[in-house]
Amino acid sequence: MKTIESGTLTGKGLHLSFGTNRVLRGIDLHVERGTTASVIGPSGSGKSTLLRVLNRLIEPDQGDILLDGRSVLKDNPDELRRRIGMVFQQFNLFPHKTVLDNVSLALRKLRRMSAEEAREKALAQLDLVGLRHKADARPGNLSGGQQQRVAIARALAMDPEVMFFDEATSALDPELVKGVLALMADLASAGMTMVVVTHEMGFSRNVSDTVTFMDGGVVVESGPPASIFDDPQTPRLRSFLSDVL
Amino acid sequence: MDAFEQLGKTFFDWEAMVAVLPDLLTVGLPNTLLLALASGIIGTIAGMILAIMGISRNRVLRWIARIYTDIFRGLPAVVIILLIGLGLGPVLREITGSTSPYPLGILALSLIASAYIGEIFRSGIQSVEKGQLEASRALGFSYGSSMQLVVVPQGVRRVLPALVNQFISLIKESSLIYFIGLVASERELFRVGNDAASNTGNLSPLIAAGVFYLCLTIPLTHLVNFIDTRLRVGRKQKPEPDDPAAMIPTSGGVRA
Repeated sequence: MKTIESGTLTGKGLHLSFGTNRVLRGIDLHVERGTTASVIGPSGSGKSTLLRVLNRLIEPDQGDILLDGRSVLKDNPDELRRRIGMVFQQFNLFPHKTVLDNVSLALRKLRRMSAEEAREKALAQLDLVGLRHKADARPGNLSGGQQQRVAIARALAMDPEVMFFDEATSALDPELVKGVLALMADLASAGMTMVVVTHEMGFSRNVSDTVTFMDGGVVVESGPPASIFDDPQTPRLRSFLSDVL
Repeated sequence: MDAFEQLGKTFFDWEAMVAVLPDLLTVGLPNTLLLALASGIIGTIAGMILAIMGISRNRVLRWIARIYTDIFRGLPAVVIILLIGLGLGPVLREITGSTSPYPLGILALSLIASAYIGEIFRSGIQSVEKGQLEASRALGFSYGSSMQLVVVPQGVRRVLPALVNQFISLIKESSLIYFIGLVASERELFRVGNDAASNTGNLSPLIAAGVFYLCLTIPLTHLVNFIDTRLRVGRKQKPEPDDPAAMIPTSGGVRA
């Protein structure tokens, strides 16, 4: 995989409310290019919302988002999202299109590639996730693990500078989780900048460079995996870890 | 003649049926099909526009779609057909010089159809999971492109059975066009059968017209059932289990 020259992502003082529900209350997150940041925390802590704010699927009420040190809040959000790949808990593949079309759609329509060019590129991406032989299948005929790997290929096809994973293995049967996590670990070691919202503490500890623990819409603690998992400073993180480990 | 013979003669007089056949085939059938197809196509296009308006983030567009739909779904078809056919007749004559109310019949049927089809499309589009729009937006597609490429095609697919049902209704409702008065060559199935029945004092030609309607609608009903089953069950193919050994790509990449 080619080395990516950009992708340092910073969120500064991000606030978001849905009505009176304050989902994010001043989040700071910095992800250095080529590193993997995992975000952990209980359900409803705002982790998944944070990802959606960082790629402006939801606009923040306050705060700034910087990519390579430059604020992207004034940019066209569609342009921003072409630079950030996203993988969802429920895969969200397009069920009316073949696996190949799922991967090549954005290449043809947004990158303006010819059908042949897009096809080649999509097949190469499917190769990378080990599913080239499923190119003509419909997503509905794949297992959950296969669907998620197609979703990863779909996001990677756009050559994103950053990849977001929103609980990418939470909807998978236990025996399929390993394959997807292995693929994510491969991506991380190939130098992709990644933000991974996850309940997989093993992955978080072994693969990520930094771990951010969120609770109640704030970052409670953040640091390298060793200090987060082996030396938690706050009672909230300690009690969370004792619940999940 | 006993009562049964009398009834048989009234409804199943073969000679009367055979006599009306040529007119049913060459005049009635083409006109019924033309009315139903034309208003079906116009109604589908207008219905799609109404559906898009109905889910728009613009409140005014939503309200226009709502009011239109409530009115044209809430009135009896015959009221709309008469009001449009008789009311707009003079206007049409002034513009085109034609006295035929035929286009107005198509217009009235299209107005009714679009209200129903708009609701069908809207419910279909709204039934598509939110994650589909989100995934498309996350790839970098605009709202409009996402709707066009991802959400609407899935929504439409889900409501195909309802759409075919609507077309069946149109075939039947096209018979109401006779209220606005058609010249001999413009008569649809019902009017041809009805005219023959009035002339002969025998209902058999109407039965013959009815058989024509059934020949159109019954296959369509079964088409609905077929599509419905296909959509629910899908083509017969089973997902295969992941093969853990084969699926992990071992790139062994060195950390950059």
